[in-house]
Amino acid sequence: MKNVKQNSNSTAQQVSRRTIVGASAVGGLALGVGAGGLITKALAQKVLADATTAGEVSAWVVIAPDDQVTIRIARSEMGQGTLTGLAQMVAEELECDWTKVKAEYPTPGQNLARNRVWGDMSTGGSRGIRGSQDYVRQGGAAARGMLLQAAATLWGVPVDELKAENSTVTHAKSGKSTTYGKLVGEASKLPVPDLKTVKLKDPSAWKLIGKAGVKRLDTADKLNGKQVYAIDLKLPDMLTATIMDAPVFGNKLKSYDEAKVKAMPGVKGVYKVGDTAVAVVAETFWQAKKGLDALSPVWDETANNKVSTASIAELLKAGLTSNEGIFTGNKAGDADAAIATSAKKISATYDSPYWNHVTMEPMNCTAKWTADKCEVWVATQNGDASLAATAEASGLPPSKCEVYKVHLGGGFGRRGFQDYTTKAVLLAKQLPGIPVKTIWTREEDMRQGRFRPVSQCKLDAGLDAQGNITGFKMRISGPSILTAVAPSRLNKDGSDPAAYQGLNADGPEGQFGYDIADRSIEYAMRNLHIPVGFWRGVNNNQNAVYLECFMDELAKEAGQEPLAFRRKMMAKYPKHLGILNAVAEKIGWETTKPADGVFRGIAQHMGYGSYVAAAAEVSVSDRGKLKVHRLVMGTDCGYAVNPDQIEAQVQGSVAYGLGASLYQKITIKDGRVVEENFDTYESMRLEDFPKIETVLKPSGGFWGGVGEPTICVAAPAVLNAIFAATGKPVRSLPIRDVKLRA
Amino acid sequence: MANLNINGKMLDLKVDGDTPLLWVIREQAGLTGTKYGCGVGQCGACSVQINGELQRSCTISVKDVKAADKIMTIEGLSADSSSPVQKAWLALDVPQCGYCQSGQIMAATALLAKTPKPSDADIDAAMTNICRCGTYQRIRAAVHMAADMKKA
Ligand code: FES
Ligand code: FES
Repeated sequence: MKNVKQNSNSTAQQVSRRTIVGASAVGGLALGVGAGGLITKALAQKVLADATTAGEVSAWVVIAPDDQVTIRIARSEMGQGTLTGLAQMVAEELECDWTKVKAEYPTPGQNLARNRVWGDMSTGGSRGIRGSQDYVRQGGAAARGMLLQAAATLWGVPVDELKAENSTVTHAKSGKSTTYGKLVGEASKLPVPDLKTVKLKDPSAWKLIGKAGVKRLDTADKLNGKQVYAIDLKLPDMLTATIMDAPVFGNKLKSYDEAKVKAMPGVKGVYKVGDTAVAVVAETFWQAKKGLDALSPVWDETANNKVSTASIAELLKAGLTSNEGIFTGNKAGDADAAIATSAKKISATYDSPYWNHVTMEPMNCTAKWTADKCEVWVATQNGDASLAATAEASGLPPSKCEVYKVHLGGGFGRRGFQDYTTKAVLLAKQLPGIPVKTIWTREEDMRQGRFRPVSQCKLDAGLDAQGNITGFKMRISGPSILTAVAPSRLNKDGSDPAAYQGLNADGPEGQFGYDIADRSIEYAMRNLHIPVGFWRGVNNNQNAVYLECFMDELAKEAGQEPLAFRRKMMAKYPKHLGILNAVAEKIGWETTKPADGVFRGIAQHMGYGSYVAAAAEVSVSDRGKLKVHRLVMGTDCGYAVNPDQIEAQVQGSVAYGLGASLYQKITIKDGRVVEENFDTYESMRLEDFPKIETVLKPSGGFWGGVGEPTICVAAPAVLNAIFAATGKPVRSLPIRDVKLRA
Repeated sequence: MANLNINGKMLDLKVDGDTPLLWVIREQAGLTGTKYGCGVGQCGACSVQINGELQRSCTISVKDVKAADKIMTIEGLSADSSSPVQKAWLALDVPQCGYCQSGQIMAATALLAKTPKPSDADIDAAMTNICRCGTYQRIRAAVHMAADMKKA
C-alpha cells in the first residue's frame, strides 16, 4: 500500500516501456468519479494527459498492460478492512481478475487539485463502505463498459454480444477473446460515460461481494516487519522530536529549563509549540525523550485545575434533575403523566466514565516546512482534514501543501482529529527545510486524548398490572462531542444530535426499537474543559447500556423474562426484532439451558445503519469474579461485502468495547488525566477474550456500517447476564470497580 | 557505543548506554518491525528474542546486552515469511491494523519453541501482548494452526 505519488515511478516506467514497445501512448485507463457523480470531460482529459506525459494516472481504476489492476481508495485503512472491501466492490463491477488487484491511496493534495475527484476522504462513522458503495461500484462498471466498447470497435461486433469476465473480453460467436491489458490503450481514449446512466449489477448477480474467504489485500507486509507505519518513516536528514502539551488542557506554558536540555547529547533544540506545548528536537527519539524528561515545564493555573472526577459527577448529577440546558429528543405523548398513574414506578441512575482511544501506535506525524511548500506524512483517518490542518498551521495555501497518508496503527476515531498534525507542522516550521518527526510518548498520547464523554443517565418508567410499560423517560447528562468538534453539525436549537444515537424516533442512523406511546428522551448538555471526541461506537456505547440494562430491570419488575418482555414492544421494528431473535436462537435462549452456575443476558440496538444484538453467557463466582463464557454477536448490515472481515470487526469491537466496559476509566484529578499507560489503563488481553460466535444476517436493501455497530451490544448483554446471575443490576462502569457479590 | 548481534549480523552502533534496546533496534539498527507501544513492558509490541528467550526490548538498556547475545527481531524470523507462525497468520488473515502483530508473532514463535502443542490455557498464559484491534480469536486459532504445521 503506497501513496500514488510514491508509486509514480513504477507507473512512469511502465508507460515508457510500453511507449517504446507498442503503439499506444496511454499507460492506463483512468476513470474518475466524484461523490456527486461524473467527472468533467476536461478533467478526464487532464487525467489522460497526466497519464501520457507524467506517467501518473488518476481516479479509481488503473489497468496496466500486464492486466494488473490498481484500485484507488480514498478512505483510510486502519485495520477495519475497508481497503479490501472497497476494492472488491470496484472489482465486482469491473469483472477483473481479483488475484491481480492491488490498492493505493491518492493524496489529499491530488484530490484537491482534481476537484475532489475521489470524494470524501474522511473515515469515520462506519461509513467507509456504505458512504461510497454507489460511486465506487459505478466507477468499476463504467470502466468495464469502456473496455467492452473498445473490444467491440476492435472486432467490429455489437457490444452487447460481448462478455467481460476475469479481466478478459470474449465474443462467443466468433470465438475471439482478449484481455483488459490489451484493450486498455483504446478503452482509455473513450469518453467516460455518465455514471448516473451506468447500470449496476443486481445484488443476486454478485460474485465477489459477499463471497466467503476473500483475503485482505494488506496482510503480507504485516507479518515480517515490512509494513511502514507513520512512526517508522525515515527521511534523509530527519530529526525526531517528542512533545508535551498542557496536562490541564488549554493552560498556558510559563517556563521550562531550556539551557540544561539544550546541552544534552543529540539535542538540537527546544521549541515552544503554540501557547501550550513544548517539544525537544534531537537526533533520535530517546535523546529527545531524555531531554523532555529533564525540561521541567511549568504551566499557569486556571479554574480548570480544580476539576476532578468527583466534581464532574456532581455537575452531571445536577443535570439529571435540572431545568436548565435541557434538550428533548425522541418524545411522544406524555411520559410523566403515564408514569404517575402507573401501578408500578421504577427509577434507576446509571453512569459511565471517560475512555481513551489508545491506538496501538501512539500519535505521531512527520512534517517538512519551507517558505513555499509544506509536506506532511501522517497516519490519518481524514486526509482532507490533515491537509486543511497543514495549511492552517504552515501559513501556506493548501495548494502549496501535501499530505502523504501513511499506514495507521489503529484509529478508532482518534486519528480523525488533527491536533497531532497541527503540532507537528507548528514545530517543523521552526526548523525550515528539515523533516521533523514528532512522536508522542504513550503517556502524552494518554493525556492528550479526545475522550469518549463521561455521562450519567436517569431512567424512569411505569408498569401496568400486566407488566407492560406505560411511560418511559430517559435523561442523559454529559458533555457534547459536536459542540466541541463540529458546532456546525448541531441542531438549530443548539442540541447535539449525536447525544441521541440509537434513541431516535426514526432515521437510518439509529432508531429506538421499542413501541412505547408515552416517551421522552432528554439531554442535559454539560460541557467541560476535557476534550471529547468520537470513540469507536461513540455515544451508542453508553446509550445502549443505559437503555438495554434498564429494560432488563423493568422485565424483572414485570416478572417477565427479558426476551419476551422486549418482543412485546418490537412488532413495529422487524429488523431490530429479527437480529434479536437470531442471536437468541443461536445461544439457545428458548431451547437449551446454560451450564450450572452460568447465566444469560441479551441486548439489541441500532447504530450506523445496522441492526445489532448480542447474547452472553457468564458466571460470577462467590467472591465476585466474572467470567464471560460465550458471546453471540449478531448484525444485520444490509449487505455483507466481506463476511470474513465483518467477523473480524465484530470480534475486534468486543475486545475494544467490552474491554473498556470491563476495565477502563479515565480519572480526572487536579484538572488532568491520571491514567498514563497500560499499567493503569488496562486493555483486554487474549486470556479474557471470550469465544465469539458471529451471526451475520444481511437482509438486503440497505447499506449499514460494520466497524462500530456491534460494539454497543456486547457490554449490555454481559451486564444483563451478570444481573441474571446476581440479581443485582450493574449501573456503573467499569465493571472492575463494581462489587458483583455482596 | 554498543556491539550487537541482531539477526546474525554484528553491528557497531553509536548510542548511549541507557537507551532501551527497542530504540536502538528501531533507530540505530533501522529495523522498524519492532514497535513502540508503551515503553514500560506492558504491551509486548516491542517483543524480540534474546538467546532464544522472549523479551520486551523496551525494558532492557542496551548497555546490558552483550556482543555475544543473539538478538532476533521479526525481520530475522525468516527470509520470506515462511515460518509456520507467519504462514498461519497469513492463512487466517490475523492482522487488522497490524501494529501489534510483530510482537504477537514473536510471542507465538517463542511459545511454540517451548510448547510445540499448546492448549488454549497455554496460549492464554503465554500470549499476553495487547492488541487494541482485538485479533485475539484469530491469534488463538493461528497458534494452533502453526503448531499443527510444525508437527506435519
Ligand atoms: S513497548 Fe515494550 S512492552 Fe510495550
Ligand atoms: S492488529 Fe491492530 S493492535 Fe493488533
